Amino acid sequence: MYSSMIGGLKVTQNQASKMIGKQSRSFVYDAFVLFFHVRADCVKRRYIHKMVKEEQPESVNRPDNTAFTQQRLPAWQPMLSAGIIIPGFVLIGLAFIGIGVALFVTSRSIQMLEMDYTGYEQNSPCFKCSDESVKNCMCNLDFNIDTLFKGPVFFYYGLSNYFQNFRRYGVSKDLDQLSGDMDAFLDPTSDCAPYQYDGNNKPIVPCGAVANSMFNDTFKLYQIVKGVKKLVPLDGKGIAWWTDYNIKYRNPTVKPLKNAFNGTVKPLNWPKPAYELDPSDPANNGFINQDFLVWLRTAALPNFSKLYRRITEGDYAEGLPAGNYSLEIAYNYPVLSFDGRKKVVFSNVSWMGGKNEFLGIAYLVIGSMCVVMSIVMLIVYAKFKFPEED
Amino acid sequence: MLRRRLNRLLGRDERIADRRTIYVGHRSGSTNDAIIPPKFCDNRIVSSKYTVWNFLPKNLFEQFRRIANFYFLIIFLVQVIVDTPTSPVTSGLPLFFVITVTAIKQGYEDWLRHKADNEVNKYPVTVIEDGRRIRKESEKIKVGDVVQVEEEETFPCDLILLQTSRDDDTCFVTTASLDGESNHKTHYTVPDTGRDLESLNATIECEQPQPDLYKFVGRMHIYTSNQDPAMRSLGPENLLLKGATLKNTQRISGVAVYTGMETKMALNYQGKSQKRSAVEKSINAFLLVYLCILVSKALVCTTLKYAWQGTPGQDEPWYNEKTQTVKETNFYLKMFTDFLSFMVLFNFIIPVSMYVTVEMQKFLGSFFITWDKDFFDPEIKEGALVNTSDLNEELGQVEYVFTDKTGTLTQNNMEFIECCIDGFQYKYRDASSELDGFCVTDGPVSKLQQKAGREREELFLRALCLCHTVQVKEPIECHDQGDGLMDQVDGLEADGQETSSLQEQRGFIASSPDEVALVKGAMRYGFTFLGLESKTMKILNRNNAVEMYELLHVLNFDPVRRRMSVIVRSKSGDILLFCKGADSSMFPRVRQEEVERIRMHVERNATEGYRTLCVAYKYLSAEEYNQADKGLREARLALQDRDEKLMAVYNQVETGMSLIGATAVEDRLQEEAAETMMALQGAGINVWVLTGDKMETAKSTCYACRLFQRNTELLELTVRTLEDGGRRREKRLHDLLNEYYKKAVLDAPPVKGGVTRSWSSTNQDYGFIIDGATLSMVLNSSESNSSRYKNLFLQICQNCTAVLCCRMAPLQKAQIVKMVKNSKGSPITLSIGDGANDVSMILEAHVGIGIKGKEGRQAVRNSDYAITKLKHLKKLLLVHGHLYYVRIAHLVQYFFYKNLCFILPQFLYQFFCGYSQQPLFDAAYLTMYNICFTSMPILAYSLFEQHISIEVLLDNATLYREIAKNAMLRWGPFLQWTLLSLYHGLLFFFGVRFLFSNPALQDNGQVFGNWSFGTIIFTVLIFTVTLTLALDTRHWTWINHFVIWGSLAFYVFFSFFWGGIIWPFLKHQRLYFVFANMLSSVSTWLVIILLILLSLMPEILLTVFCKPRGSNARQMKHRLPSSGTSTIFMLSQTASTHSFSWSD
Repeated sequence: MYSSMIGGLKVTQNQASKMIGKQSRSFVYDAFVLFFHVRADCVKRRYIHKMVKEEQPESVNRPDNTAFTQQRLPAWQPMLSAGIIIPGFVLIGLAFIGIGVALFVTSRSIQMLEMDYTGYEQNSPCFKCSDESVKNCMCNLDFNIDTLFKGPVFFYYGLSNYFQNFRRYGVSKDLDQLSGDMDAFLDPTSDCAPYQYDGNNKPIVPCGAVANSMFNDTFKLYQIVKGVKKLVPLDGKGIAWWTDYNIKYRNPTVKPLKNAFNGTVKPLNWPKPAYELDPSDPANNGFINQDFLVWLRTAALPNFSKLYRRITEGDYAEGLPAGNYSLEIAYNYPVLSFDGRKKVVFSNVSWMGGKNEFLGIAYLVIGSMCVVMSIVMLIVYAKFKFPEED
Repeated sequence: MLRRRLNRLLGRDERIADRRTIYVGHRSGSTNDAIIPPKFCDNRIVSSKYTVWNFLPKNLFEQFRRIANFYFLIIFLVQVIVDTPTSPVTSGLPLFFVITVTAIKQGYEDWLRHKADNEVNKYPVTVIEDGRRIRKESEKIKVGDVVQVEEEETFPCDLILLQTSRDDDTCFVTTASLDGESNHKTHYTVPDTGRDLESLNATIECEQPQPDLYKFVGRMHIYTSNQDPAMRSLGPENLLLKGATLKNTQRISGVAVYTGMETKMALNYQGKSQKRSAVEKSINAFLLVYLCILVSKALVCTTLKYAWQGTPGQDEPWYNEKTQTVKETNFYLKMFTDFLSFMVLFNFIIPVSMYVTVEMQKFLGSFFITWDKDFFDPEIKEGALVNTSDLNEELGQVEYVFTDKTGTLTQNNMEFIECCIDGFQYKYRDASSELDGFCVTDGPVSKLQQKAGREREELFLRALCLCHTVQVKEPIECHDQGDGLMDQVDGLEADGQETSSLQEQRGFIASSPDEVALVKGAMRYGFTFLGLESKTMKILNRNNAVEMYELLHVLNFDPVRRRMSVIVRSKSGDILLFCKGADSSMFPRVRQEEVERIRMHVERNATEGYRTLCVAYKYLSAEEYNQADKGLREARLALQDRDEKLMAVYNQVETGMSLIGATAVEDRLQEEAAETMMALQGAGINVWVLTGDKMETAKSTCYACRLFQRNTELLELTVRTLEDGGRRREKRLHDLLNEYYKKAVLDAPPVKGGVTRSWSSTNQDYGFIIDGATLSMVLNSSESNSSRYKNLFLQICQNCTAVLCCRMAPLQKAQIVKMVKNSKGSPITLSIGDGANDVSMILEAHVGIGIKGKEGRQAVRNSDYAITKLKHLKKLLLVHGHLYYVRIAHLVQYFFYKNLCFILPQFLYQFFCGYSQQPLFDAAYLTMYNICFTSMPILAYSLFEQHISIEVLLDNATLYREIAKNAMLRWGPFLQWTLLSLYHGLLFFFGVRFLFSNPALQDNGQVFGNWSFGTIIFTVLIFTVTLTLALDTRHWTWINHFVIWGSLAFYVFFSFFWGGIIWPFLKHQRLYFVFANMLSSVSTWLVIILLILLSLMPEILLTVFCKPRGSNARQMKHRLPSSGTSTIFMLSQTASTHSFSWSD
């Protein structure tokens, strides 16, 4: 029969178990036993041939008396009982309430100033610019801060009803180009279509919808001190992820950068090519321009905001003092065609990030829910006595 | 004319179809014209399915025939062809994984089969060709070859025995590898062939190959130069089966009749019908629901997409223009591709790996049955055997157990208790065990202290010694000793004591243990059967003289006739027929005046639970004998309807006999039979006993097993009760059925919870008894009544605690099983038996269990599970069945749950991304979710979970009821799980969505993008799904710990790794540092913790408020009264003083 085969396996198994130590309940041994049993029994079961050579040695048939084969492995058998759950819930509830309070207080302390500048309404200062036919339109948004806006202040721009998470949009970029691969400059990936080649069949660099639709409104913030506009320095560094800026995206190594772009055209919507995004600072130019990188990190939801600048320098390192301010907007980005909105947001951040009431409230609600539930359970428990504790 | 020719043609065709002609040694028959050698298959055994060349296509084809695999193939193809949100890899890789794993497994198994095939096919054999002996490979044997086999070799194909080295034209064979029977079987050569094989000129006509191992009909024409061809009948006793082993015989030669795949062995291993478990049906139903969900999700999304795009500016905003080709595509085609894209996006809702996991669980899980040392029987040195792992969970769902009596409830370990000769009772007492003389057979309970005449006694004992098919086991050491024994026997006056002790040790082998018991019983009274040598039976009589009888014919036992006979010729030349059989089949065939004296004894013995046989004899005159002899020979030569013809002759011969006496043989109850039956009933299982035995015997067995109890009211529906009233049987049947129906069904208080049997004493228990004849009346009565009767019968039986069906033919057993199986609610049935007569019901029931008993291995071979003792059934069902069911049910529900809450956020995200089929999770996560991150914990759970410990399950049979009727896989629990996954899915998505209302989540003010969004959700998902399983795990072995915490750790590790490197083969590097950045945000940590806790909360509360069942159960430890080693003997229903009431 198949005895010889099984016998062979058993022998190895026995030897093995001797080697490892008969009494040991080690993982290795159990796994080993499992493996060999499976092998042997597999042979035994699937194997229909009945070649009778000799009778099986009888001891082979006896099942191994190990904890594993007998399903008697030592086991931890936790039992969730009221005795554990009630104190557990109280503890969790209290902890959650604690965290919730901290979150809530922190979130409350965060100052945030949001201003829509789409120019949808007639009385809006940017109304004149909302007409797409007007080129190079500038508008000013005046606002006033009552108390010190504690620094560092973060300056976001926000878009609504803007779907950066469209599937075709999201994939419409060529990472090879963006990591400085010159071959990809002349032959962009087809994912970029219809932003792959321009009308003259010249390759677009950087290609794709994401790059093409890069947000190009620019802002200048002035504090109006005694009628005089004082420019608030905006810091454009450190607004993109460190890894994006340093590792993921790279410029081609060609110097000067401009030469790398020979034979290519800029994205159709861009006023200037990629190598002129920030001519003043080569470390912020080309594909590692931080505004560009921020834009490339596509937003999760159709209403989003992205970091534009940080206010960390000069007189404003401590924050924006109370007073009148004027935001000078170079209005280039059309949103009304798809019923979108644009806004600017000034905010400071805490350890938990930007202002987010949801988290604090959720923690408070759930924390108190836990406490209430444990009280209810306690009452039920005291009244009816769960049967098990008898 | 034409028609006649056609008929002839057809007739010939038919003849070809049902028989084959074989030319022994390829020599032509009577004439010298060239034979057209008929084409038969060669002697190659091919059990392998594949060859190297066709493995890939064939295996793939077979795998893709599975609906799930095919579904994923389609999805994969759609992904390849259509522009879809996820790359083909995401569904291709899991599919590839599943297919590869399965292919490797099947390939490995097939490789083993190939190896085995080769071993068999290349085995060297000796073939005699033209007088020369040629060594050949086994596979080269052709039908008609004369093959020589040595001792201890296996037969390479099915052979007709022509020549043997033994003097008595016999050879011995064991068929252990075929049917597990290890006794030596005697086979006979065909007469007149053995002398000169080289010149033998013969043809064999035999039936076409058929799988029945014990049936063979054929005839041989032997041509000698000048005479008419002689004809010899061939039966199974001439046929040596491939796979059997030659024993105790130096060498035999035989002619190959069936080769290769046409041998009986090969035919027997082909396709046993697959049984499917109820769980699989549930899975399919759930799959259907999920498919509907999938399609409706895709439909909803497609519809909404086009509705949403209707508003101006949404369809094609300036920042995301469409390519020219997309613009030009037909609108409806676009719609259709969108629909397909959504399907692809949501396809993960159908759990790809579930089938693999379920299969692995079943395969690996079944080893725990084989490994269970409680199932190991030290006597036969074997444990349980699992023939199919597909039905593990079905063991936890059994509602009806159909059990055989003999060998299953009882040990089939027969002991001769008493006999009655001419109406006088002889009781053998163990206490006075001297064997010298018949006077020891005292204890004549017969009040008159009388004995039958000595002549009658001896006749009776001779009958016992002669009328059987028992073999004497030859001393294995050497033959000399046997001869020595014979010598001793011859001159044994002096040391009779010694001889008798030797005789005590003498081993007898028989197909039925009754026969051994009878022969041994006769031995105690001084008549010893010494053996059968070349048609001569030797008996050592009380005077220690050897009597010789020539065995002329054996009229074999069969369950329909229920008797067997031998025809022998004594030394003096008298021809005697001895017959023994069941009383019902004997009484009509003997002289009536003798019946009454013996009937009383038989009935009393039956009541006490003994198996009774009546013994009769008759003298045959030479004329009668010749007639019978001729009839028998003719019938044996018949190729068609041989059995029917034989039966007719048997019935004709076995008439007009005179009854000598009756025997009573005790069959002890199996160990713990009563406890097992009580446990089964406690588990809410209806136990039906189906036996071929007499009603009285069976009834007392039922009492002893406590299937019937003292207060059980028996509803009898037997031939006896039918004949009571004196009215027409049909009328009476009708009345009785209605009466019982009223009693058991209508008047019974409504039972809560279906099958539960109330243990309170207020409820009247009913037991139902029916016999074979009545059953066939119920089933086969006139058309109009048949279904009504059947219905009534079923309903009565369902309200009875136990049902006894006696006098059943094997097919009737299967009929009953089928009837119950197809009754309302299609309950799960289990048949357990040990003998060939149980095979039909074992095959019929949902789960067939064979007992490795004394009646051969046929039941075991046809069963799904085989155990060694009845008592193991308790653990098999209550522990293994229960655990397997809970495990697999949880596995299935969990799989659907985790896939729904995996895909639901993805679905919800469509509402926030303009229905653009944007995937929420990265492709790597989509791919790995099912095959890496969440597969191992559930597999470990489904292998090791013991929500209730083994001891508790064994002690509390009632726990079995909690999972009855597929309790964990009905729509209720399915809905629960679905709701849970909906809750989880909604929670994950909206929790994170509200967090992202301000995406500046880091303390440096930087914002998170859409991949961070998805990764946070995915992290919550993985942790919640795994911890949900952890909450459900009640039995944490180190493996569970390892796998659960390991999976989570692996996820974290993988995410770091995946996001930590710029992978050259990836186009987008979407996840580059996303995970690490995510963890650098405190808010993310807080939201992850919050969501996980919130998701687990309902589960925790549920476990606290609805007490886990195990802890309740631990309280209610019903102590089952133990019945000890009760036997029927101690416990006939009349003498019982035990009380079995449950009230305390």
